[in-house]
Amino acid sequence: MKIEIRNGRVVDPSSGLDQPASVYVAGSKIVGVGETAPRSFQPEAVLDATGCVVCPGLIDLSARLREPGFEYKATLESEMAAAAAGGITRLVCPPDTDPPLDEPGLVEMLKHRARQPGFAQVHPVGALTTKLEGKRLTEMAELAEAGCIAFGQASVSIVDTQVLMRAMQYAATFDFPVWLQAQDTYLTQGGVAHDGAVSARLGLAGIPVLAETVALTTILQLAGATGARLHIRRVSSAAGLALIRAARADGLAVTCDITINHLHLCDRDIGFFDAHARLDPPLRAPSDRDALAAGLADGSIDALISDHTPVDDDAKQTPFDEAEAGATGLELLLPLTLKWAAERQMPLAQALAKITSEPARILGLTAGCGCIAPGAVADLCIFDPAAKFTVSRERLKSQGKNTPFLGKELQGEVRYTLTEGHLAYSADRLL
Amino acid sequence: MNNPQLNSNGELIHLLSLDGLSREIIHGILDRAAPFTAVAEREVKKVPLLRGKSVFNLFFENSTRTRTTFEIAAKRLSADVINLNINTSSAAKGESLLDTVDNLAAMQADMFVVRHASSGAPYLIAQHLAATRRDHIHVVNAGDGRHAHPTQGLLDMFTIRHYKKDFTKLSVAVVGDILHSRVARSQLHALATLGVPDIRLVGPQTLLPTAADRMIEGEATGAPLRVCHKLDDGLRGVDVVMMLRLQNERMQGALLPSPQEYFKSYGLTPEKLALAKPDAIVMHPGPMNRGIEIDSAVADGKQAVILPQVTFGIAVRMAVMSMLAGGGTAQ
Repeated sequence: MKIEIRNGRVVDPSSGLDQPASVYVAGSKIVGVGETAPRSFQPEAVLDATGCVVCPGLIDLSARLREPGFEYKATLESEMAAAAAGGITRLVCPPDTDPPLDEPGLVEMLKHRARQPGFAQVHPVGALTTKLEGKRLTEMAELAEAGCIAFGQASVSIVDTQVLMRAMQYAATFDFPVWLQAQDTYLTQGGVAHDGAVSARLGLAGIPVLAETVALTTILQLAGATGARLHIRRVSSAAGLALIRAARADGLAVTCDITINHLHLCDRDIGFFDAHARLDPPLRAPSDRDALAAGLADGSIDALISDHTPVDDDAKQTPFDEAEAGATGLELLLPLTLKWAAERQMPLAQALAKITSEPARILGLTAGCGCIAPGAVADLCIFDPAAKFTVSRERLKSQGKNTPFLGKELQGEVRYTLTEGHLAYSADRLL
Repeated sequence: MNNPQLNSNGELIHLLSLDGLSREIIHGILDRAAPFTAVAEREVKKVPLLRGKSVFNLFFENSTRTRTTFEIAAKRLSADVINLNINTSSAAKGESLLDTVDNLAAMQADMFVVRHASSGAPYLIAQHLAATRRDHIHVVNAGDGRHAHPTQGLLDMFTIRHYKKDFTKLSVAVVGDILHSRVARSQLHALATLGVPDIRLVGPQTLLPTAADRMIEGEATGAPLRVCHKLDDGLRGVDVVMMLRLQNERMQGALLPSPQEYFKSYGLTPEKLALAKPDAIVMHPGPMNRGIEIDSAVADGKQAVILPQVTFGIAVRMAVMSMLAGGGTAQ
């Protein structure tokens, strides 16, 4: 299908392009960007992007589709519809499914199920250890062949540091990236909220920042010694970020991300025990939130993630400490990126880089992905940056209605999403 | 953010926490409690303020003592009282908290007195009732996790006011396991709101929140919470000593080495009490661990007001219940 996207403002963070232009798509590729159509281009469909931004499809480095194992919380179909409505064309799945992604067959099945026109491309992270138990290494080479782009432990830390070191050595041998969340198991044990003024006041068991920094110190040391390609997921604290900065200054090639929730919220947002604010890692102090927002702007933090975690109502309508951690996020990644950019008066291309070209770089997808140029994959997000909407259960397409942003007004509404040249979403219901 | 225990006029509809309650509301409850102390002295210990009302004691965590005091208070107000120990019934069958609440609300309850092991559980219930337009059912928090035990905090304030009159010149020490104590949290909010200028938190670092000096905020912001790791520093010159119960399961392991060592450092003995003002009063929410947090000579001594606390507790709970669901006063 040949599609012309007309009258839009084309923003390509990878090249810094930000100008009015049309984008011409043929089949799965972009064939032209500019004022005039490529020679003999006859569009079969025209998308009017007047007043809209045309940017590369978003790449989300952490989204749980809940398959296999948790289909009562969400299904591939429901979450792919949410991804498309959120302008996301590629996403990374952490291995915390049931069973965990520790066997090639599971990964192949997931990739196969997700290979449908209009679905975002799925990049699974394989389990670093079998059943995420932190005891035995998985068959990483086999898993990589099946489609895993990195190896990690989701939110389950490896307690045995010898196993952690071996896992990093083994991954480094094959140059497989290792994605870890820094969280000391013992210091996290029993905790449900940031160990600070709010948890002290509300009587919630605390998780100290030390849980992050103690684990991070170990992980960074091991990465330096083993040469593993390290990505730190879900940094939550100013002190944690400072350790990553220092390691980089010492020459360690480490990348990291933060979630949309930690970018905008802090422990005060727990309010009167709002279970939607029960997250992993916990929302931290206002000063931590501010440090993360600044770190994302100055480049210390490479990417912003939705950390999409659909949770069923039954698991949230409980007292705070019994609630399952996590928040839905696929449909909020873009508006919450724009909110951060607006608050800091940042150029749009620079902000969008955190959800397009930077995640593409972390994934090693440099050729023709996460950019708008002739020859690139036609993964595109077309959004109205001025349109306002209120986050509501009815509006969210994800099966998970759980987010601390429920009832909040946000700005930036996706009009169309193209995945590999296929119109995956249209706000106008052209489909 | 709306405080779910107040209605849009700022009036109390539930009692969930003392955090966020004004000085006027707290004094209002204490004023209302005063005449109820006389009801117990009468030959017929009953007033008809809650006649025809159904009070459900929903105890998701065992507590004979607190449940009994609420039961007595409700019965003296002429309410019908239904006691449910839910940890042994529905929860064990897998019913969710809100399903239990819906079922009991359908039985035309007027008030839920809730004890739960999770901090914030009574908030969940109150918010659920509001969301389903049943906020004519009142919720009284009888202790939730580590968060709050507001009627205990109120009866403690009633006791202090009874013996000391003016809060604004007092030095008060709260001694023991503050980290895990819902009683302490309620006491601190009330003390600060009522204007106590010197509040000392006394205990080892393992039994204090990391942010202990920032445990209260709102109207009480800037209240002078001071952490003392030495009992001597905590007690010197104080007017009121509020002891906390040390739970058995905390006495051994990584929080404390042994009950004996705890008593040596933090046990209230006559010698230690001598550091406080000569007319200082000693309080304890019960049940006491004699020889662990408090010496018998102090517990049974003339400065202890531990049994009056229990008596006042009934009056305070009558005041709260009648204020929420009754409307009238004791006279």
